[in-house]
Formats: sequence, C-alpha cells, structure tokens
Amino acid sequence: MRAQREFFLFRKQRESNAFNHFFLSILVVFSLGPVVLLGLNSVKSNSEIALNPLGLPRQVHLDNFANAWQKGEFSRTFKNSVILVVGTVAAELVLGGLAAYSLARKNPPGANFVMIYLLVASTVPIWLYLVPLFFLWRQLGLLNTYHGLILIYTALNAPFSIFLLRSYLIGLPVELEDAARVDGANELQVLLRIIVPLAWPGFLTVGLVVGLGIWSEFQVALIFVHKPDMFPVTTSYFKFTDRFGRDWAMTSAGAFMMIAPVLILFLALQRRFVEGLTQGGVKF
Amino acid sequence: MLGKLRINREYWTRYRVMRYWVVPWLFMLPILGLHAFVVVFPASQGVYYSFTDWSGIGEAEFIGLRNFEEMFFEDQSHLDALSRNIQWMLFFITVPFIFALFGSSLLAKVRRGAMIYRTALFMPFILPSVVTATIWRYLYNPRFGLPTLVGYDKALLGQSDTALWAIAFADNWHFWGFLMVLFLTAMQGIDPVLYDAAKVDGASRWEEFWHVTLPGIRPVVLFMMMMVMIWAFLVFDYIFILTGGGPAGATEVLGIDIYKNAFQRFEAGYAAAQGITICLFAGLIVSVFAMLRKRGWEI
Repeated sequence: MRAQREFFLFRKQRESNAFNHFFLSILVVFSLGPVVLLGLNSVKSNSEIALNPLGLPRQVHLDNFANAWQKGEFSRTFKNSVILVVGTVAAELVLGGLAAYSLARKNPPGANFVMIYLLVASTVPIWLYLVPLFFLWRQLGLLNTYHGLILIYTALNAPFSIFLLRSYLIGLPVELEDAARVDGANELQVLLRIIVPLAWPGFLTVGLVVGLGIWSEFQVALIFVHKPDMFPVTTSYFKFTDRFGRDWAMTSAGAFMMIAPVLILFLALQRRFVEGLTQGGVKF
Repeated sequence: MLGKLRINREYWTRYRVMRYWVVPWLFMLPILGLHAFVVVFPASQGVYYSFTDWSGIGEAEFIGLRNFEEMFFEDQSHLDALSRNIQWMLFFITVPFIFALFGSSLLAKVRRGAMIYRTALFMPFILPSVVTATIWRYLYNPRFGLPTLVGYDKALLGQSDTALWAIAFADNWHFWGFLMVLFLTAMQGIDPVLYDAAKVDGASRWEEFWHVTLPGIRPVVLFMMMMVMIWAFLVFDYIFILTGGGPAGATEVLGIDIYKNAFQRFEAGYAAAQGITICLFAGLIVSVFAMLRKRGWEI
C-alpha cells in the first residue's frame, strides 16, 4: 500500500516537473535572451545587425570592442568607477563594521534608538534630501570629486551594511572574544584579530552588494558629477549612447565590457550576491 | 583602607563608562555622523526650502504654503506626473508579482537544475540600469526589433500612449527575478504537510497555489507590495535614460519633474516641496499598511 502510494506520488511528481521545466525554460529564455543578444550584437558589424538582428554572427568583429573602448573613453571611466567602488566599499566595511560590532556586542544605551533611526532612514525617499544635498555639496566644493561621491554612497549604503553585518556578528560565538580579552587584547585588537577573520563572509557579502550598487549607480552620479573627466562608467556610457545611439554594434560592445566584470563575479559568487541583495531589499 | 576602596570604585566607574558608553558610541559615531550629514541635515534644509521660492542661488524668500498650493491646484504638469507615478505603481504591483509568483511556484517544486534556474532568472537584476535600457532600446527599435516580428513598425518608446508601458516592461524584466527569489525563500518555509494534505484532497495545481502556497507567503507578498508602492514614487533611472520624460512629456514622472525643476528651471524651493510630498505619500502608504495590520490582517 505504502509502496504503491509512494510510486503514485513519484510518478505524479515526474509529470508535474515536466510542466515546470517547460515553463521555467521559457522564463529563462525571457531573462537571458536579451543579454545573449547583447553579447551577439557586440561582435557583429552594423550592417549585419540590420540584416540579421536576432541570429548568430556570421563573422566575428572584435574591433567593436576596441572602437567602444576608445570612443567611449572606457580607460578613464573604468578607473573612475573602480576608485569609487574601492573607496566606498573600504569606507563602508571599516565604518559600518565598527558600528555593527558596537551594536551587536556592546549594546550601549541608545542602541535601540540607533536601530530605529537606521530603519526609518533606509526607507526615506531620496528626493526628500537630494536637491538640498546638491546645493550643500556645491557650497562645500564637493561636486565633481571622488570623495564627494564616496561620502554620499557610504552614507546611503550605511543602513543596509550595518544591519547585515550586525546580524552576522550576532551569530558568532562570544567565547573567543572573551578569551582574547582575558589575554589582554583591547577592543580594536578583538575586532581585527577575532571578529574580522570569523565574520569575513558577512564582510564579503556587504562588499559585493555595495560594490555592485556603486558600479551600477546612475542617479546620484548624474546629479553630482558634470565634468566628463570624472564620469563613472554609467553616466559616461549614457552620454556615449546619446552620441552613438545608431551604432548598435559599438554600443553593445561598450555595454558588454561594462557588465563583463559584474557577470563573472556574479557567476562565481552568486550565492552571496543573492543572499545579500535579497536581505538588503535595496532598490529597483 | 577605606580610601583605597574608594579609589578602586572610582576607577571601576570610569572603566565602566568607557567600556559600555564611550567606546561603543565612538565606534558608531563616524558613520552615524556621516549619515546625518548626508541625509538628515539636507532633509531638514529641504523642509525649510519648501516654504521658500529659492532658485538654488542666493537668498530664499519665505512664501508659506504657496509651493504646495501651486503643486496641487495650478501646476498641471505636477498632477500629470503624479498620475503617471500611480499608473507606474499599478503596473508594478501586478505585472512583476504575477511573473514572480508564477516563476517561484514553478521553481519551488523543482530539484534538478533549481540553482541554474534561480541564477538565470535573477541575473537581470544585477545589470546596471544604463545597460538594461540599451538592451531594451534595441529590442524595441522599430527597424528590426521585436515589434517588427509581429509586423508592428512603430517606435514603442516614441509614442505617447505606449512609451510609459514600454519603459515599465523593461524595468520589470530587470526587477521580477528579485521578487521571485524572495518568494522562493518564503515558500521553502511552508510546512510540506500542507501540500500532502492538499494532494490527499485531490487539489488541482491552481487550488494548491491558491489555498496553500499563496497564504503561506502572504506576509512577504504584502510587505513587498508596500515597498514597491513606495518605490513607484521614486522611479527615475529608466525613464531618464530611455525617454528623458518625452515624447512630449508623456513619460514625465515626479522624479523627472523634480530633476528638471531643481537643476534646469532653477526652482529649487519648489522641487524641495515636491520631494516632501513624495515623502508624505510614502508615509501614507506605510500607515495604511500599519493600520490594516492593526485590524488583524496578517501582514
């Protein structure tokens, strides 16, 4: 009887899975198709794109990448974006890590207030402060600078980073820290020698999510950076497509160069990306 | 003897204050201070500017509620923008949710290849908005894009009645995988016994979804609906990149209107007032959900 029932369930599951796989495959084509097409177009010539817009390339044109690299001034914009990403991630991990450690372990008077503050802050619409912030930054001479943007990015990512790091730190055993303190370590030593080595997955997740966010960020960069020399990849690419919009081959190659590092990192560390992004509930 | 004890006590009090007050707050201060300087301080300035006619340069003159009056009774472009944000919201509380519920309920039952599906469906979410926009501008192009496959040769992004929906669909392509992963995680927390019971009762696929899966993930679905409703008032990137508010203002949402008022039309005070109304809408949405929760809805 039981075997029969299990057999029945098993068979039923097999049937339903075929249905599921069929529709999931359609969804995968919907999600990946446009990206694959971007990759294909990046190695076609423009005349081939017009004749054969959705098919495989007959001839591979790698010179699109060289053209896009040069005309889109990617060597400069890549450098700008890397500086912004590295600067923000470093500031975020150090400053956010300190705050998260304090909240997770010290629970000082007022910790609850800080948590509520961060929760509210993370849902405040950006338009509430963006316009005055621009004029404040202009007054302070922080427009068109790396540190001006890094300060904004670090602040805007703070609630997410502190929450995620705090929840990681709470999950760690306290005993090791106590043992280190008994041996005479001070707070900073405990943090650097014990916490960071143990909690590195949390730091890595925050670093990846924040780094991805900065690499892709458009709105703040558009408003706070007007000098072409200082453009990050996103706003520079926007201007680039504005100028060469009809050159599908070259703009596709440019887009592909921009997302290649992100795609490689995502495929290598996708669990961390998914975990971090879905916990942060960032934006869309 | 007594004096020595007192010294000890003082020492301990100082040690405690240092250890439980000063050091923890020193650790939190840099980032909290930075956050307050970037968010709270400008936000409070924004509240002040919203009652002025400030142009962005020079002196601001106090004009009371004039900006808000103009916004809701005279400025047709503000009201039109607001109505487009509401249309955008209606699109985003339905289409991505349908995609995500469909995808996650299919994926929850699959073992083999589940990780590959999840990765593939989530992937568009990590792409920068400028790249997603480029891809869809290509797919929508009237010369050889997707519409031409069904014989439609008009520019979806170039016509007033289709542009907003075409942009919304491109944004949805990028966004729905994120929702799907959230729903999938929630579905893994549903007690399998409920599915067995549904099976014994001979429930169809749809009945199982409607009576077991959906109630099981309802808190997540409703919470995300609230977030999406708030986000719908903030939309900027996709519209700015794909149409810049055109054609003929047909896609001008609040974000675009504020951007233009603040940085092109030199009406920073008015733009600040518009920013505050967005914040009020967000507050309104949160309070409606909080009220429903108080009335016993399981949110």
